[in-house]
Amino acid sequence: MTDAQTSAQARPTPHVKDNAIIRFENITKRFGKMVAVDNVTLNIQEGEFFALLGPSGCGKTTLLRMLAGFETPTEGRVLIDGKDVAALPPNKRPVNMVFQSYAVFPHMKVADNVGYGLKMDGVDGGEIKRRVEEALELVKLDGLGARMPDQLSGGQRQRVALARALVKRPRVLLLDEPLSALDAKLRDQMRSELTSLQEKVGITFIMVTHDQDEALAIATRCAVMHRGVLTQVATPADLYEFPNSRFVADFVGSVNMFEGVLEKDEQNEAQVRCKELSAPVYLDHGVTGARGSTVWVALRPEKIEMHKRAEGSTPMKMEDAPAGANVVPGIIRDIVYLGSETNFEVELEGGRRVKTFRSNLTRYDQEDFTWDEPVWLAWHACSPAVLLS
Amino acid sequence: MEQTWKQAKAAFAAIAVPPIAWLVLFFLVPMGVIWAYSFGENTGPITIDFTGTFANYARAVEPLYLQIFLKSLIVAGITTVLCLIIGFPVALAIAFASPRAKAWLLLLIMLPFWTNLLIRTFALIAVLREQGYVNFALEWLWNNASGFMTLIGLQPLGEYEPLTLLYNNTAVIIGLVYVHLPFMVLPLYSALDRMDRSLMEASLDLGAGHLRTILLVVVPLAAPGIASGILITFIPALGAYLTPDLLGGTDSQMIANVIERQFKRANDWPFGAALSFLLMYLTFIAIAAQAFIQRKSERRG
Repeated sequence: MTDAQTSAQARPTPHVKDNAIIRFENITKRFGKMVAVDNVTLNIQEGEFFALLGPSGCGKTTLLRMLAGFETPTEGRVLIDGKDVAALPPNKRPVNMVFQSYAVFPHMKVADNVGYGLKMDGVDGGEIKRRVEEALELVKLDGLGARMPDQLSGGQRQRVALARALVKRPRVLLLDEPLSALDAKLRDQMRSELTSLQEKVGITFIMVTHDQDEALAIATRCAVMHRGVLTQVATPADLYEFPNSRFVADFVGSVNMFEGVLEKDEQNEAQVRCKELSAPVYLDHGVTGARGSTVWVALRPEKIEMHKRAEGSTPMKMEDAPAGANVVPGIIRDIVYLGSETNFEVELEGGRRVKTFRSNLTRYDQEDFTWDEPVWLAWHACSPAVLLS
Repeated sequence: MEQTWKQAKAAFAAIAVPPIAWLVLFFLVPMGVIWAYSFGENTGPITIDFTGTFANYARAVEPLYLQIFLKSLIVAGITTVLCLIIGFPVALAIAFASPRAKAWLLLLIMLPFWTNLLIRTFALIAVLREQGYVNFALEWLWNNASGFMTLIGLQPLGEYEPLTLLYNNTAVIIGLVYVHLPFMVLPLYSALDRMDRSLMEASLDLGAGHLRTILLVVVPLAAPGIASGILITFIPALGAYLTPDLLGGTDSQMIANVIERQFKRANDWPFGAALSFLLMYLTFIAIAAQAFIQRKSERRG
């Protein structure tokens, strides 16, 4: 691999400190014969907005519930602030949770919901009142303290759950699928609100989600889990641009995956021959794989350019292709117009279909790609990710 | 939905008329007859005149009978409270048991329903009487303790005096609690089982211990279930007949026993009818109270 580009740019995170506030050490959790979490070791830094990302049943929620104290690891240790919390019940841990269902107490006023935790801690009445008001203001619910939960919208109920957890000033705030119950518009709004809220309060947030868009948009760092195993821990941009496995490449974002054989692997270039592509894939960097071994080329749809191809030029020669290292011919088979962009499905010579899309930069497309049109697909030598597993 | 049954009137009638006719014929009509009796007078051994008199009701509220009403209310109340105290932890345990254990535990709760009440009550007599299993067990313990005292050189305890557990008010309450416990456990269980577990977890997460979680979150949210459990335990306990008849002593008769005596031995149907209706009005009050609580908690969501 060249020392060139191995990491994408991440959002600046000045509030992240250099101490691990959470440490999972060789955590394994078994339910009967089922292994929910398989030997996970993970550090989460203070001040991070960390996302545990994975499909349902991958063990991410189990991991979160271990922090809250609702599950105990079968093996391994959980440390919060350097202290083993195995002996601490949920009500003694310096973490608070926002539940997926929000779990707002339906028989208590909003203010009583938010003040519940403080009351349990024996904080005196005046102090509770002041801090509840402060917390409601923080989540933009000022003045709604006297309402009952059933008089609130779903989004407002979630804010109550947030305020109720934050008012206790926990060391870590746990969020279980915080946006999954909201409608799309509200979800987008809450994403940015959660980010700014986290930066404002400076508390470490750990979020569980199955929605990769959500994780990419909100988190400073993500851990992808698959069948109880930690697959990759990286910043959102690294996760997307530098996935370490087929699972991550496929789970995070949309991808075209081609199986191939590594034919050349040198300091500054590599070449993979894929059965489904009529031309070998050139890379402008080395790959850490054995020559002749099976690898997978992952190509994001937006990294593929589409160019017009003259009608008569089939059967084509590679020399006819437009400039650029990687070019293959194909025919547009499907077009889906999505407003801001248009998705295309292009059939390659061997019959394999490739996804790509174009942003609709003008109100009507001068190039006017249409069904069954012959095109070139081209991509830069640095665009594909080569995966060894 | 509202439109559909109006449009298919014939089908609706075919389904609705038979049960309505059944209820009118076998429930409302006999009730009406008894209600009419309560305003009648005995004129002969089997003849009753409907004179519209209130004398039966006047007699029913005489101190003698009011006392028995009051006593029935107290006995039913104690029974209900005991059922609640015993039933709540049981219901909580079943609601939190694993799915497999849950099925078995519910079966155990239901099992007594499938046995005749009379048989169960007689079985209870066998357990509680002076030559019964409770006393056998206590006697065994007593004799062993006595033997142990001798062994360590102390005076033996003397002869075991069997406890009198039958034919008194305690026996009636033990019997009523035993019979009515399932009525309490099942609605409590269904309320607790439906409850969103994350509410309890949220309470724990926010720093409340288990006891405070139960008192501040579980009990208030299970209130409708508790109210219906109380109601369907209290009403049959209030009208209990067999249990006080078989397990009670001379001073532990409840209102149903008095009513039975009026209809049978005293052959005073009008008075029995008046007592019956007073009992029913008490029941109505209990139902109204429960409905009131229910509506209040529903309004809360």
